[in-house]
Amino acid sequence: MNTKGKVVGIIANLVTVKVDGPVSQNEICYIHTNEVKLMAEVIRISKENTYIQVFESTRGLKPGTEVVFTGHMLEATLGPGILSKIYDGLQHDLNKMEGVMLQKGDYTSALDDDKLWEFTPIAKEGDAVVAASWLGEVKENWMPHKIMVPFKLEGSYTVKSIVAKGEYKINDTIAVLLDADGNEIPVCMVQKWPVKLPIKSYSEKPRPFKLMETGVRVIDSLNPIVEGGTGFIPGPFGTGKTVLQHALSKQADADMIIVAACGERANEVVEIFAEFPELEDPRSGRKLMERTTIIANTSNMPVAAREASVYTAMTIAEYYRSMGLKILLLADSTSRWAQALREMSNRMEELPGPDAFPMDLPAIISNFYARAGFVFLNNGNSGSVTFVGTVSPAGGNLKEPVTESTKKAARCFYALSQERADRKRYPAIDAVDSYSKYIEYPELQDFIKENVSPEWVDNILLAKNILIKGREAYEQINILGDDGVPVDYHEEFWKSEVIDFVILQQDAFDKIDASSSIERQQYMMKKVLGVYHAKFNFETFEEVNPYFKRIINVCKQMNYSEFKSESFQKSEKELEEIISEKIMMN
Amino acid sequence: MGTTAFQKIHTKIEHITKATCSLRAEGVGYEEMASVDGRLAQVVKIEGDLITLQIFSGTEGISTDAEVIFLGHAPKLTVGEELSGRFFNAYGEPIDGGPDVDGKEIEIGGPSVNPVRREQPSELIATGIAGIDLNNTLVTGQKIPFFADPDQPFNQVMAMVALRAKADKIVLGGMGLTNDDYLFFKNVFENAGALDRITSFVNTTDDPPVERLLVPDMALTAAEYFAVEENKNVLVLLTDMTLYADALSIVSNRMDQIPSKDSMPGSLYSDLARLYEKAVQFPEGGSITIIAVTTLSGGDITHAIPDNTGYITEGQLFLRRDTDIGKVIIDPFRSLSRLKQLVIGKKTREDHPQVMNASIRLYADAANAKTKLENGFDLTDYDERTIKFAKNYSEKLLAIDINIDIDEMTNTAWDLLNSHFSVSEIGIKAELVEKYGNRNGN
Ligand SMILES: Nc1ncnc2c1ncn2[C@@H]1O[C@H](COP(=O)(O)OP(=O)(O)OP(=O)(O)O)[C@@H](O)[C@H]1O
Ligand SMILES: [Mg+2]
Repeated sequence: MNTKGKVVGIIANLVTVKVDGPVSQNEICYIHTNEVKLMAEVIRISKENTYIQVFESTRGLKPGTEVVFTGHMLEATLGPGILSKIYDGLQHDLNKMEGVMLQKGDYTSALDDDKLWEFTPIAKEGDAVVAASWLGEVKENWMPHKIMVPFKLEGSYTVKSIVAKGEYKINDTIAVLLDADGNEIPVCMVQKWPVKLPIKSYSEKPRPFKLMETGVRVIDSLNPIVEGGTGFIPGPFGTGKTVLQHALSKQADADMIIVAACGERANEVVEIFAEFPELEDPRSGRKLMERTTIIANTSNMPVAAREASVYTAMTIAEYYRSMGLKILLLADSTSRWAQALREMSNRMEELPGPDAFPMDLPAIISNFYARAGFVFLNNGNSGSVTFVGTVSPAGGNLKEPVTESTKKAARCFYALSQERADRKRYPAIDAVDSYSKYIEYPELQDFIKENVSPEWVDNILLAKNILIKGREAYEQINILGDDGVPVDYHEEFWKSEVIDFVILQQDAFDKIDASSSIERQQYMMKKVLGVYHAKFNFETFEEVNPYFKRIINVCKQMNYSEFKSESFQKSEKELEEIISEKIMMN
Repeated sequence: MGTTAFQKIHTKIEHITKATCSLRAEGVGYEEMASVDGRLAQVVKIEGDLITLQIFSGTEGISTDAEVIFLGHAPKLTVGEELSGRFFNAYGEPIDGGPDVDGKEIEIGGPSVNPVRREQPSELIATGIAGIDLNNTLVTGQKIPFFADPDQPFNQVMAMVALRAKADKIVLGGMGLTNDDYLFFKNVFENAGALDRITSFVNTTDDPPVERLLVPDMALTAAEYFAVEENKNVLVLLTDMTLYADALSIVSNRMDQIPSKDSMPGSLYSDLARLYEKAVQFPEGGSITIIAVTTLSGGDITHAIPDNTGYITEGQLFLRRDTDIGKVIIDPFRSLSRLKQLVIGKKTREDHPQVMNASIRLYADAANAKTKLENGFDLTDYDERTIKFAKNYSEKLLAIDINIDIDEMTNTAWDLLNSHFSVSEIGIKAELVEKYGNRNGN
C-alpha cells in the first residue's frame, strides 16, 4: 500500500502535505489534481507535516488535493536509447511531448519501449557475475552499449541462462541470474538508479593520469585537463563560459558528451541540437549528435527540477562509464542549481549561510564533483567521467559562496576575465590566474612524456612564466613610461603578447582556428617559444611594438590556415624572414 | 470587475500588512485572483484554510470587514486582433476610452515553449545604428536590454529601434513610465503612422508600483498570441525592468522573505528569466523579440538587477556619453549581442566579423593610450594614431544618430582602419584584406 496524503499548504512550489503512513526523505510523490498528476519530491519531514517541492508550477492547486507517494527516490532510467536524446531535468523525452508549449504533468518515457536492439551476449551460462558485470552488448548509434547486471543487485550471482544473439526490446528478459539461495532474477536491458546516489560498481578509482585533448589551446597547452578530471569555469556574464563549454562538447576527445543545461537560456540548447546533427566529430567521422545527450532544464522550466537535472546527467554519465567509455559531462551553470537550493531553503525558513545559500552548500558541491573520476572496472577495463561546470558569480565577484565552494572541489580552474572579454581576447581565460592541479601529478607528467612529448610540461611552465614576466614588464612600463624603462622591458612584454595572441587567443567561430590538434599546438608552441628565445636587436622602444605586431599577424595567419597547408607554410616562411631581420647573431 | 451569481462573499479579514491581507476560505487555488473591496488581489500563500492575498494597489484603507470575492482564475488577458492599436493598464483594461477587446480570455504567465519546438534564430534585425548592426547585431527571437543611466535617452533610442525594426507587431510594456515618457511613446508611434500595429500596457508613476508586476506578463501574453496564433514577428519593448525588479523586492520584503544581494529577492534570477525566456523563434515563422531597458545606478553593472539580467539576456546594449564627440554612443566594450554570430558573416558580408573585432581591438588600444596621456607620459606615434582613430570611429560609427546600411558600416570601418593603420596593425585575415580591404581603388 502506498502512503497517501492531502495538500494543506502552498507557497510557490513548496507544498505542505499531511500523510497517512511512512514517507522517506527524497521520496517521489504525485499530486493528483483533477486534470493532471504533478511530480514532487519530499525535501523535509517534521512530526506533523511533510514538505515537498513540486517540479511544476502550482498555479491553481488547492488544499485538500490528494498526494500519492511512490516509495522510491528520483530515479534515472538506464538502457540503450539515451544517446542523442533531449531530456528535461527529470529525464522525460522532450521530443515525445505534445504541442509547442510544455504542459504540466506531460511525463514522457525516457526510452523507446518498442525499438528492437541487436543484442550480442558477452556472458555465458554458469558465469559468476556481480552488479555492473557485462552480460551483453547492443550497438547504440555506433557505440557498443553494454547491458549490465543491475547496479542495485548486491552480492554475487550466477548466469542461469542468457538469450542468443538476436533482436530484443528493452523490456525483454535477456538473462536470468541465480542468487546464492538459488532464486531466479530475470534481467532486461533497462534498469533504474536513484540519481542522488553515486554508482560505485567499479574496482578502483585511481588518480586520473591521462591527458584529455580538447583542441582548446589555453587548456591543452597551458592548463590541461585529464580523463576523469574535474574543472570549473567561473566568469561574469558574457565572458564566454558557454562558448567554451560548447567548444569542449564539439572537440573534446571523449566517447560521449552529456550537456546539462541547468537554468540557462533555451536558445543555447537549440544551438546544440540545431548544429550538432550537421557537425562532424573529427575523430570518429560521425555526426556530433550521435555521441551527445542533452539534459535541458532551461531557466524558464521548473526551478526545482534544476537540481534534479545535474544529478540525472551525472547518473547517466556513471552508467556509461561502467561500460568502459570516456564520458565528458558539462553543466552550465552550477550557480543556477545552487540558487534553486537557496530558493527552497529560504521558503522552508532554514537558517541561511553566507549570501542566504544553504549552510551545507559546500558539502553538496564537493559530493557532486567527487562522482567524476577515472575508474578501473571489475573486469579490468577502464572508464571515466570528466566533469566541467560553469559558475556564474553574482556581480562577477569570485569571493562568493558558489565559486569558493567549487574551487575547493574542482582540480582545474579556468577563470574568465571581464577585462579580456571586453578587449575581445577570446577565450577570455586568464591563463596566469587559472590552473590545472593535474600538471603536478607525476603520473600525468609521465603519461605526457611518453605519449605527447618530453618537453610539453616544461613548455607549460615556461609559457606561464613568460606571461607573468610580460605582465610585470607591462606594469613597469605603465608606471615609468615607455622611455622610462630599458628597451628589454618592451621586448619582454611583447614576447608575452605573442603567446597571448597566438596561443591563448582562439576564435571559436573560425572553422579552422576553433580546434587545434595536439600536434599543431606543439608545433605552434615551438614557434612562439622560438621567438621568445631569440635575442633581438632593437635600438629604441619604438621599434618593438610594430615589429612584434608583424610577428603576431603572420602567426595568426598560420592559425587561420589549414595545418601545414600552402598558405600556412607561406606565413611560416614570412615569420622566419621577419625573425631573421632583427635577430642578433652571436 | 462585476460579481456573478453564486460567488461567495467573505467579509472577515484576519491580518492586514502593507501589501497583503489574510482570511479564512475554502476551495481557493494558488495564484487565484480575488477582489478586495474592488481592488484586485492574488493568492500568494495558502496555509490550511488561511489564505494570504497580495493586493496590487496596496492595502491603504482596507478594513477587516472588506468584501472579498475569489474569482476562480489566475490573472487573464482577452486576446484578439483588436489588441492592435490599443492602450491598456496593468490589468489589461482599456485606458484609451475604447471598448473592451473582443476575443478569448487566456491566463497570463502561462507555460513556456518546449525547447525542442524552438527554431534557431536567424533573421537579422537592421536598425541603421552601427553601434548595434555592426558591433552587436540583433536577431529576431533575441532578448536584449539597454543598460543605461537614468539620464540617457534610452526610451528615444528604443522607440527608434522599434520603428526601424520592421516588426509586424510591437507590444510596449511600460513600468513606472513618467507621464511624459508615456506621451512621448504615443506621439512617436502616432507620427510614424505605426499606432495601428502597436499594443501598449502601461503603468505610470501615478499608478501603484506593485501593479507593475503584471505588465510584462500582459505584454508577453499579447505577444505570444500574435506570434503563435498569427505567426507574426512581434517586438516587445519593456521599460524599465529595474522598476519591475524594485516592485518584486517591495513585495518580497513585505512578505518577510530573506533578501539576497542588494535587498533583491533570492528568486530574482528565476523571476526575470521566466519573462525574458518568452523570446522565441517559432518554426512556423512567428517570433517574439524582447528589447528591454534596465536603468543603472551610476553605471554599476554589478548591482543585482543588471547582473542577473546580464546572465539571462542574450547580450546588452550599453549607452554612454562620449565626451570626446559630445554624443551618446553604444559602448563597444560593455555591449554584446550573443546571437550576432548566427548572422554576421552569413547574412552579412564575410569580412564583417573580423572588421568589427579589429576595430574594437584598436579602439581598446586607444583607451590604453588615453590612460597613458592622463598619467602624463609621452605618446608614441601608434598611440596618437589610435586616439585619432577612436574619435573618428566614435563619430562615424558608434554614435546613436547614425543611420546607414550594414555594408556601408563595414566599408566605413575599413576606411577608418586603412587611414590610420598598416595591414599588420589591423591584423585581419589576408584573404579578406585582399578582397575587401583595399577600397581606395574603387
Ligand atoms: N572563443 C570565443 N571566440 C569568439 N567569441 C567569443 C568566444 N568566447 C566568447 N565569445 C563571445 O562572447 C559572447 C558571450 O559568450 P558566452 O555566451 O559563452 O558567455 P557566458 O559566460 O556563458 O555568459 P552567461 O553567464 O551570461 O551565460 C559570445 O556570444 C561571443 O560573442
Ligand atoms: Mg552562458
